[in-house]
Amino acid sequence: MIRIRDLAKRFGSILAVDGISFTVNKGEVLGFLGPNGAGKSTTMKMITGFLQPSAGSAEVCGFDVERQPLEVKRRIGYLPEGAPAYGDMTPLGFLEFCADVRRLSGADRRAKIEAAVEKTTLQGVLYQPIDTLSKGFKRRVGLAQALLHDPEVLILDEPTDGLDPNQKHEVRNLIQGMAQDKAIIISTHILEEVEALCSRAVVIASGRIVADGTPAALEARSRLHNAVTLRLKNPAEAPALRAALSGRPEIDSIEEEDGQMTVFSLGGQPILGLVDTALRDTGIAAGEIRVERGRLDEVFRTVTLASSTDIPARS
Amino acid sequence: MGIWAIFKRELASYFATPLAYIFIVIFLVLSATFTFFMGGFFDRGQADLQAFFSFHPWLYLFLTPAVAMRLWAEERKSGTLELLLTLPVSVTATVLGKFLAAWVFTGIALALTFPIWITVNYLGNPDNGVILASYIGSFLMAGAYLALGSALSATTQNQVIAFVLTAAVGVIFVSFGAPLVQSFFSGWAPAGLLEALRGFSFLTHFQDITRGVIDLRDIVFFASVIAAFLWATVLLVDLKKGR
Repeated sequence: MIRIRDLAKRFGSILAVDGISFTVNKGEVLGFLGPNGAGKSTTMKMITGFLQPSAGSAEVCGFDVERQPLEVKRRIGYLPEGAPAYGDMTPLGFLEFCADVRRLSGADRRAKIEAAVEKTTLQGVLYQPIDTLSKGFKRRVGLAQALLHDPEVLILDEPTDGLDPNQKHEVRNLIQGMAQDKAIIISTHILEEVEALCSRAVVIASGRIVADGTPAALEARSRLHNAVTLRLKNPAEAPALRAALSGRPEIDSIEEEDGQMTVFSLGGQPILGLVDTALRDTGIAAGEIRVERGRLDEVFRTVTLASSTDIPARS
Repeated sequence: MGIWAIFKRELASYFATPLAYIFIVIFLVLSATFTFFMGGFFDRGQADLQAFFSFHPWLYLFLTPAVAMRLWAEERKSGTLELLLTLPVSVTATVLGKFLAAWVFTGIALALTFPIWITVNYLGNPDNGVILASYIGSFLMAGAYLALGSALSATTQNQVIAFVLTAAVGVIFVSFGAPLVQSFFSGWAPAGLLEALRGFSFLTHFQDITRGVIDLRDIVFFASVIAAFLWATVLLVDLKKGR
């Protein structure tokens, strides 16, 4: 439903987005990751038709953003960064305004406003000026505005920023509940959110895609992937285990920290059996043993830092 | 539809803050003060509203920028511009809707000066045709000022800058027709230039209308000033939105 080809945006001499391509299909929740200033918001602004791309194209539901902007805007629900809203209006007035601009009328208009209010639990603050609301409520007003017309495509720029853990949970449930019949892009800094919510993660740095895959596939790129962490009943036996494992070609290295021992596998191959055999052969008892899946934050740091170091070479 | 929704929201937002009431009170107080004290309404001994209307170009010079300054500067500052421009409505419709809201708001303030019309009708037998023409002329001139203010509001995030810019450019537009400026040029400038400058002045065209003749040329002048500045607004909003 969303197709982006070689999208680029230049602000003066700064290349904010440098040739990004991806597609998002119905039922997909795409997590858009990247350090601050990587070009996430700029990309979203181009898809929603706020900014004109310097090069490349963006298509939403078959309509080109530059050639048929109104058709695209009709099909998108967009939460801009910081969830801007008219402070002197009440949430109800604001939603009514959005409904009017989107040409909803009559019973449909009433039902849709009611549904959006209910989904974002705004019932208690409908008649208070938005300026007087807390950050969490303001964000929810922005979300309600994006959901209002039940759009096919949702683009949410940091939807859970500034919410407390309970509200974050609610918003995630809300997004998950809508995921089946929509194409959704969310940008976020919170990596656990990607694991919990997204069917796919795209990491960008310095305006370019540096990783694209399912959260699990990204985790597999971690050095920790399939590593085995154990806590020995008797820490003094650690050197013996280390000796038993050393020299095996499947094992990359062994690290010890706080009485925990982590055995890294070479190339992420499964090594639990190997470690288990070594334990049995040496008669060492482990109090705790677990296989690591890999950590997104580690992968995130690796891929984004790697690309930022090559900036000087590029310019 | 889009225009109507934008217009409605914008007009309501004037009345959501004290701005609307302050503006209307100041407009009414100042126009009455000018008419009765500086314009010598009673001393003239004539049943007309010449004293009332002759100050409008100068009154608008400082009051319409206050109405127009927030149109775009505030949207840009608060980030709502991004929201507005990603709704399914064209920039042109948005510019028109906002401008019409500001214009209608000023029209409301102008309409509230009706007691002065009642007064002059009570005191004598004025030519109500001339008064109606003058009201129309005043309304058109307000539209021209507001369109100018709309364009300049789109150039900045700061409402104060928008106000000062609009007032400053407004001075230029008015003063070309003022006797003081005309006499400054009349000594040495070619008559053609003098006439061209006069032709660009709000003052000249407004004074033509307040004589009671609604000339098509004056209407075309104000309409084209409004259209030109609204077109400039569309371009400026597009140009400036990224930053």
